[in-house]
Amino acid sequence: MADTVQFDLVSPERRLASVQAREVQLPGADGDMTAMADHAPTITTLRPGILRVVHASGTDDYVVFGGFAEIGPTAVSVLAEQALPRSEVTQSVFDGMIAVAKAGSGSVDEVAKTLADMIAVGDQIGLSARA
Amino acid sequence: MPSLKALKTRITSVKSTRKITKAMQMVAAAKLRRAQDAAEQARPYTERFNAVMAGLAQAASGSASAPRLLSGTGSDKVHLLVVMTAERGLCGGFNSSIAKIARQHADNLTKTGKTVKILTVGKKGREALKRDWGKAFVGHVDLSAVKRLGYSSAQDIGRDVLARFDAGEFDVATIFYSRFQSVISQIPTAQQIIPASFESSGATALYDYEPSEEAILSDLLPRGVATQIFAALLENAASEQGARMSAMDNATRNAGEMIDRLTIEFNRSRQAKITNELIEIISGAEAL
Repeated sequence: MADTVQFDLVSPERRLASVQAREVQLPGADGDMTAMADHAPTITTLRPGILRVVHASGTDDYVVFGGFAEIGPTAVSVLAEQALPRSEVTQSVFDGMIAVAKAGSGSVDEVAKTLADMIAVGDQIGLSARA
Repeated sequence: MPSLKALKTRITSVKSTRKITKAMQMVAAAKLRRAQDAAEQARPYTERFNAVMAGLAQAASGSASAPRLLSGTGSDKVHLLVVMTAERGLCGGFNSSIAKIARQHADNLTKTGKTVKILTVGKKGREALKRDWGKAFVGHVDLSAVKRLGYSSAQDIGRDVLARFDAGEFDVATIFYSRFQSVISQIPTAQQIIPASFESSGATALYDYEPSEEAILSDLLPRGVATQIFAALLENAASEQGARMSAMDNATRNAGEMIDRLTIEFNRSRQAKITNELIEIISGAEAL
């Protein structure tokens, strides 16, 4: 039995990844989840967070903001509004993202939640959110 | 008959024009490749997005609690036309053909008693529509400062459109852009984005939704607007460069023909002048 899933990570501007993954850890809106082969078909929205892909030759981390994931038994597709490989997220990029989130539309609660999520991301990858 | 000097200046000026159009054509070709790449890169996102939305929309469209972005406001009195054109000219009929279908659409709507509002993206469309529809303008998005089209530009436009929708300024929104077919053919297209319609791909798998189906739908619909605008912007960018490339190719060819014609005329009149001088000398010598 196949124990891998076809993982695709696409943002509107480019396709970031397309690999056979053993597991995919997603920052779902209702909590983190890990998708492996033969997962029940699920669609979930994402909160800003870190997406980790485990595949045969190692693990890749991506920072994703917004969007959703479509999980099926043989494939996981993540459609992120904005996604970057973790190594590309430098302090200045992160500051820019925080500024965008602060200026974001929506209710105060939504903006506050997005900001809190982003600060948590910053903590995880060792960047400060003092923009 | 123009003088030899005048002909010579004409030829030089047409030659430098040809150099310029040739250069513009090559620049457009390079930009076209990049624009096509960008459109190619964006395609998987748009396709997946629409597939998921089609499934969701199908499930939700029957229910009375469907979001307004999907079901509409219940009336179709006020139409917003988002006319997307280029910031620059010299690209053949690109801008005017988009303006033309927008104008037709607007005419048809007013004939049936609807109100039309126009949001222009790109300077050229604004100029083209100003005379007939200047009063209907509600806003303008200037992209001339944008070097590389990014999703954020589309998000800005999307936010603008959604804010107007939430404020009840219109009931139906349609975008006008040019779909890229090939270098010689771009198809001006009208596409309704609000209320949203998604082409369903037939049977969709039964999904678990997290959070609820409604929450996902209301979260994704505004993004769908931005996604569709982004796809249209990219198509437009590729079309613009394609149109410019073929327009400049034509111009270069015309300039070449003109140079040939002028050169022949120049040579003829030079020869006529020489013959004339010879006759004068000979008849002068004979008179002695």
